[in-house]
Amino acid sequence: MSFSPAQGLRHSGALFALALDVLRALPRRPFQWREFIQQAWFVASVTILPAALVSIPFGAVIALQIGSLTRQLGAESFAGAASVLAVLREASPIVTALLIAGAGGTAICADLGSRRIREEIDAMEVLGIDPVHRLVVPRVLATMLVAALLNGLVSVVGVCGGYFFNVILQDGTPGAYLASFTTLAQLPDLWAAELKALVFGAIAAIVAAHKGLNAKGGPKGVGDAVNQAVVITFMLLFVTNFVMTAAYFQIVPQRG
Amino acid sequence: MGVEIRVEGLTKSFGRQVIWQDVSLTLPAGEISVMLGPSGTGKSVFLKTLVGLLRPDRGSITIEGRDVTRLRERELYEVRKLFGVLFQDGALFGSMSLYDNIAFPLREHTRRPESEIRRIVLEKMDMVGLIGAEEKLPGEISGGMRKRAGLARALVLEPEIILFDEPDSGLDPVRVAYLNQLIVDLNAQTGATFLIVTHDIASARQVPDNIGLLFRRELVMFGPRDTLLASGEPVVKQFLHGRMQGPIGMAEEKDAAQVEQELAELDAGEHRGPRGGKGASGEGVSPRLLPSPGIVRPPRWEAIAEREAEVWSREGVKGA
Repeated sequence: MSFSPAQGLRHSGALFALALDVLRALPRRPFQWREFIQQAWFVASVTILPAALVSIPFGAVIALQIGSLTRQLGAESFAGAASVLAVLREASPIVTALLIAGAGGTAICADLGSRRIREEIDAMEVLGIDPVHRLVVPRVLATMLVAALLNGLVSVVGVCGGYFFNVILQDGTPGAYLASFTTLAQLPDLWAAELKALVFGAIAAIVAAHKGLNAKGGPKGVGDAVNQAVVITFMLLFVTNFVMTAAYFQIVPQRG
Repeated sequence: MGVEIRVEGLTKSFGRQVIWQDVSLTLPAGEISVMLGPSGTGKSVFLKTLVGLLRPDRGSITIEGRDVTRLRERELYEVRKLFGVLFQDGALFGSMSLYDNIAFPLREHTRRPESEIRRIVLEKMDMVGLIGAEEKLPGEISGGMRKRAGLARALVLEPEIILFDEPDSGLDPVRVAYLNQLIVDLNAQTGATFLIVTHDIASARQVPDNIGLLFRRELVMFGPRDTLLASGEPVVKQFLHGRMQGPIGMAEEKDAAQVEQELAELDAGEHRGPRGGKGASGEGVSPRLLPSPGIVRPPRWEAIAEREAEVWSREGVKGA
């Protein structure tokens, strides 16, 4: 990886160019349903289990932190409200992002990268088929879909985990926990989280595709591409998350 | 059938490294041309530039009045439908069976019913001798089979131009012979324009109408087979003989003084070191490979066969 400014600019330019190409190829027919369904199934199969397993302790940690905090402040009745809010707004998009980038993005990048070095991509272009339309667009859409669904799953599992730890382990009252659910959190929180997940999915897939399609230098090149894709995706996702959260607070009026 | 490709002043470099410069040649419509050259002279790069996978720095490539180097992406995909390309390792799609690989272009570009696709695919698989391997994955078969499957896939859309990237590499001599015969037969049947990139002299000697030689960042020669095979140009001679003495070195180039000394040695009749590798049996014209007996010969091949018969009967008389 080179770090000269011109190289950096060229890379980000190429990344945006690919994003634009994907947008342009989006309405082109025929849509690759087969590839889309295969990819969605594949990304879902590599992310669902780890997502569920990660979100249980994630929800638990939040519940434990908030449980002890609310007890110190004497606001136990808000424990449920706060942990739902934290899981829904931040924890689930972040967990989704980590898994989509870490499990889905890497697989996409490795797949496209090995196709590139085996000249499969060249062969496809020579056969008159645009790899962006045939391969990248279905992957981007599949990743976005799975990210949105995964976000729902992580929210549910996270909230359940939080409930379990707060009520069973910290002796919270189930009634108070459940009753306070909607005192802070509101429906737009869920929509915003879903929107974040969609954007994260798109970013992860486009970065993975970009790095994969530009892999060079044999098998080692594919490894490097995957490595760079993960690092770049994580950086982009956390920045995007910050910006979207900041914008959300400006746009949607808060409760309480 | 067949399309002419006109290349003018083509130059390509990667960063500061010039691959070749000012390459100008015309691949005549319907004829077979061979591009020779030592390893690492950018023959594959040349092939990829022709199909627009790489953009040259300067120059033009004209196909049917369109300049490939200046086309927009969308138009480029249209022009590429004229091409069939056999990549070095076949470049098959690893996740698909051979059958699906070969059916892929038909399924993507045509709306033919599956029964017709099956007929075409099996016909092409039969042509390259792959019947019975339909359900195999590219990872499960030998390099030679991958290459033949790649050829079948390049042929299904009935291209006007077929490019071969080292069709003989990784094949045994018998399969090379079959492949050469197949190339000639295909040319007689389809009338497409062929370009074969190789360093197998034996094939270059028998198969093409035209031969070109790339060396030291330029096109040393391009012309009819007879002209090149009889040429006195030192690089061409060294290549045709496959010997160490001459301008081509292990690391592509030698210093001028050494080349001069070695050429002087050769003039004095002093040969040293091995030679004759890869079918490099020296200069001189040899008989051309003709289409198999069962194949209907178009006028072009009739003329070639007649001329060959005439030349070799005369030679035969001289020899006797």
